[in-house]
Amino acid sequence: MAVDLPAPIVTARYGLPESWTLRTYLDHGGYEGLRTALQTAREELVEQVTTATLLGRGGAGFPAGQKWSMLRKAEPVYLVVNGDESEPATFKDHQLMVTDPHQIVEGALICAYAVGAAAAFIYVRGEFALGLERMTQAVNEAYEYGAIGRDIFGSGWSIDLVVHPGAGAYICGEETALLESLEGKRGFPRIKPPFFPAAIGLYGAPTVVNNVETVANLPWITRHGGSAFAAMGAGRSTGTRIFSLSGRVKRPGNYEVEMAKTTFGDLFYDPRLGGGIIDDRPLKAFIPGGASAPWFGPDKVDMPLDQDEVGKAGSMLGSGSIVVMDDTTCAVRAAWRITRFFHHESCGQCTPCREGAGWLDKVLYRIEQGAGREEDLDLLFDVCDNIAPGLSWPPRQTTICVLGPSIPSSIVSAIRMFRDEFLVHIKDGQCPYR
Amino acid sequence: MARLSQPMVERARDTIALYPHPRSALIPLLHLAQEQDGWVTPDAMEHIAELLDLTPAEVLGTASFYDMLFLEPTGQHLIAICTNIACLLNGGYELLEHAEEKLGIKAGATTPDGKFTIEEVECIALCGQAPCLAVNWRFFGKVTNEGFDQLVDELGAGRLADEIPPHGTLCRTRRAVGLVAGVPEGAAVEPVQEHTPVEEQH
Repeated sequence: MAVDLPAPIVTARYGLPESWTLRTYLDHGGYEGLRTALQTAREELVEQVTTATLLGRGGAGFPAGQKWSMLRKAEPVYLVVNGDESEPATFKDHQLMVTDPHQIVEGALICAYAVGAAAAFIYVRGEFALGLERMTQAVNEAYEYGAIGRDIFGSGWSIDLVVHPGAGAYICGEETALLESLEGKRGFPRIKPPFFPAAIGLYGAPTVVNNVETVANLPWITRHGGSAFAAMGAGRSTGTRIFSLSGRVKRPGNYEVEMAKTTFGDLFYDPRLGGGIIDDRPLKAFIPGGASAPWFGPDKVDMPLDQDEVGKAGSMLGSGSIVVMDDTTCAVRAAWRITRFFHHESCGQCTPCREGAGWLDKVLYRIEQGAGREEDLDLLFDVCDNIAPGLSWPPRQTTICVLGPSIPSSIVSAIRMFRDEFLVHIKDGQCPYR
Repeated sequence: MARLSQPMVERARDTIALYPHPRSALIPLLHLAQEQDGWVTPDAMEHIAELLDLTPAEVLGTASFYDMLFLEPTGQHLIAICTNIACLLNGGYELLEHAEEKLGIKAGATTPDGKFTIEEVECIALCGQAPCLAVNWRFFGKVTNEGFDQLVDELGAGRLADEIPPHGTLCRTRRAVGLVAGVPEGAAVEPVQEHTPVEEQH
């Protein structure tokens, strides 16, 4: 039986002509959520978001309402919206910023109002040139419309919102590195504790850092109430979520589906979603939540897109990006390419990550190129174990941030699931997929 | 090698005014320097240091961390080809090899005429249209070898100048307003009313 596709929340305006303009936005309910919010007590707004159980859509999946409630009681408070989307195979925020920037602006304003922020920043990944242009245009239009600035919609509440460009660094998606970057520094993550943004964030002030898709849900939640959102999905995985589907599927793309009620298999095979594997080949494995996530095999295809279920099964929904591999995919090459990414993006502060990633990159590359040795598999495990002792899930951490402990995910998955494939590379001295 | 021009200095000052702390404007200013010269020159970094009351070493310290900021000249068209996981599975490396062959250079190099630089990059978030690339951060998806050749020919002939600005020009839409929410009385365009915190109205 085909899965029910709900009326979309955050992608509702996709496909409308000039969906990024104020005109289109206002014609389709735009800024009604902010108007409602400004007539609502702040505690009530926080309560609505807590009731909605809106889990953060950036990667860590922390409940937004709870995040807002943890702010240290001090002035000023800042809001920073994280649009630095860089997790490999994640492309939902990019499309959101290009397609419906006003929804992000409105969501940011609702959040800023709810937490009493003195100023708000939207940090946009530097490479997203069109995203920066669309976000800047939306902010300009919103100022002119009276949704940003002084005495917003006659409420007496005032705030400024600044669109800030990054300059190319995956690590700046990590919230404390993002704050360093926004302060004009190298994107070095800060150590937590004490530098939890809610306590010591931007310029040392309590700061809320929320993902772009997370805030994009707020206009809808404000208008329809937290319970309406929580009525979709199951358990803590409520509402809808955008999943970025890529790899060996016929119809890759961003799909907004109901959480927990939709399975990985629905995403892969439903003709309205992924449409099946290319050439109808067999599914080999898939990555359920971005390059940092351990892989799943075909046995997990009927698992629901439920954050806690996926967590219990030893991986994560992470950034909501799902990569499908078929039987033409070389597992060694896939694991190597992901590892090379982490090697390139390690900020270099912590030795296990900086040095470990380099070792792993080199060893995997030589295996893939046919120059591997049989003891290399033990070596890979040993280096991984030095980065994330025990190789458990969720990983233990020897580093300041979670980039390091994310490196073993794909390597350990690939070796555990496809050990024979590694051995064939080593014994034959070449890649069997060439 | 140039310091920032007068119009760029004005844009820089407008940008600095948006932040509670001037140093936050550093990355946006480095983008302005790159827009002016196509790369971030030592002179521009020294000028930015003066504008932000930083040392040139502090400016270089930040600039050298970020992949998009070029500390030496680059081609007019920076062709960034993704080979990360989603593109890897859909011909990203084959596209990169074709590009290297077509332009006669390896990834990381610039053609002798200074027109093209090829860069192998990490995921650029267009995975639904893999394999993909960006030219000066304007994106192209589902790129075939033929499509690549056509793109390069059009770029070489200058036919895409409207869509794709020279390397360094990132956001062509300028912010239209400065900060207004907390503008002190007398400095505002319109009369400022006493601001009543909203929680007191309830």
